[in-house]
Amino acid sequence: MLAVDAEKSLGAFTVKAVFTGDGGITALFGPSGSGKTSIANMVAGLIAPDRGRIAFNGDVLFDSAQGINLPAHARRVGYVFQDGRLFPHLSVARNLDYGRWMTGQQRDDTQFKHVTDLLDIGPLLKRRPGALSGGERQRVALGRALLMKPRLLLLDEPLASLDAARKREIMPYLERLRDDTGLPMIYVSHDPAEVRRLASRVVLLDGGRVTATGGVEILS
Amino acid sequence: MFELSPQDWVAVQLSLRVALVATAVSLPLGIAAGWLLARKDFPGKALFNAVIYLPLVLPPVVTGYLLLLTFGKRGLIGGWLADHLGVVFAFRWTGAALACGVMAFPLMVGAIRLSIESVDRRLEDAASTLGASPAWRFATVTLPLALPGVIAGAVLAFARALGEFGATITFVSNIPGETQTISAAIYTLTQVPGGDWQALHLVVIAVLISLAALIVSEWFGRRAGARVHGT
Repeated sequence: MLAVDAEKSLGAFTVKAVFTGDGGITALFGPSGSGKTSIANMVAGLIAPDRGRIAFNGDVLFDSAQGINLPAHARRVGYVFQDGRLFPHLSVARNLDYGRWMTGQQRDDTQFKHVTDLLDIGPLLKRRPGALSGGERQRVALGRALLMKPRLLLLDEPLASLDAARKREIMPYLERLRDDTGLPMIYVSHDPAEVRRLASRVVLLDGGRVTATGGVEILS
Repeated sequence: MFELSPQDWVAVQLSLRVALVATAVSLPLGIAAGWLLARKDFPGKALFNAVIYLPLVLPPVVTGYLLLLTFGKRGLIGGWLADHLGVVFAFRWTGAALACGVMAFPLMVGAIRLSIESVDRRLEDAASTLGASPAWRFATVTLPLALPGVIAGAVLAFARALGEFGATITFVSNIPGETQTISAAIYTLTQVPGGDWQALHLVVIAVLISLAALIVSEWFGRRAGARVHGT
């Protein structure tokens, strides 16, 4: 389980996040500017909290009291960004394989096939990211994060940059992912419908603070 | 008739060798300096930046003289290198390459720095979350994406090195076969009565080489650019 108790000043704005995740999808829900993405970045190791502690299943990722700050590349926390962030100079296949390569894992063709089938991205492997539609790009980004075999997956508004039709296209894949992989996920969103459909646990945020935590029923 | 004397050929070959060696040796340093300036904050950064750009604003003769003081046989660094490693710069073609490299360095670093600054840092963050250590991140994301600028910087430096005159002649003099590059040979010919016509031959060669360098860089840049924006 993810356990977060972290504080970070960003100019005049302070994020103070205290919450735990569960084994399923934990949604960080709140209006834009409520600190959701900053919290995801702290869990990923892209920004360091000023103080606090972040641990996953007992492994300490960050602890200011002990002076521990595991760098992002050593955390094995997958991250799907709102804007995809595929590497434009690499083919889809090389993008997908990047995390396995960087973490020094053995090639796992079964897993590769499984993930590309799950996301229906097999036919795209030879293409470049520049030649993909927005929905295809997000599916590849999902696959890329999964294939590094993370212990936790962060999804930062993965649907926000897509139009309604593309959202409908991706949503079933997210559900499949949740049901198929059993991977704990943190899902950042400001859309109650998305959260209701996907999450098992909700952390409500406003102005950088956690205002409530509980099941999806706390959304209404 | 367009004919080069054997001595002219020696100058052309020497110029190419000097410019190529100067570019090749300074390229890794230029990439390191460009990356430091683009991505890192450290004490003395402004001074570091100023020292790199100094050869661009100093009179070349002054740069050459400073090189003579530091890398000459009795120079601070030159003396040590000669005694311990047997590397001599003074009045050798290697010295010409050093002078050209130093003079071309600001142009190279400038282009590389700009291209690294333009690499989307969010892609570097994405690489980190996928397990790439800082060194791997640089090698697999930052450098490939900055490649068009790196190539442009290298070609610019090569062209600058090819045309270097003041610092080279001050530092290593104008010795045919050792330190007399195209520029120095042209200068020598224009000082000799009736040498103008022969100088013109070398001028044509210099124009052709520079033109070729520009065309090659344009081609490489376009290819690298297409790769980066890949479709």
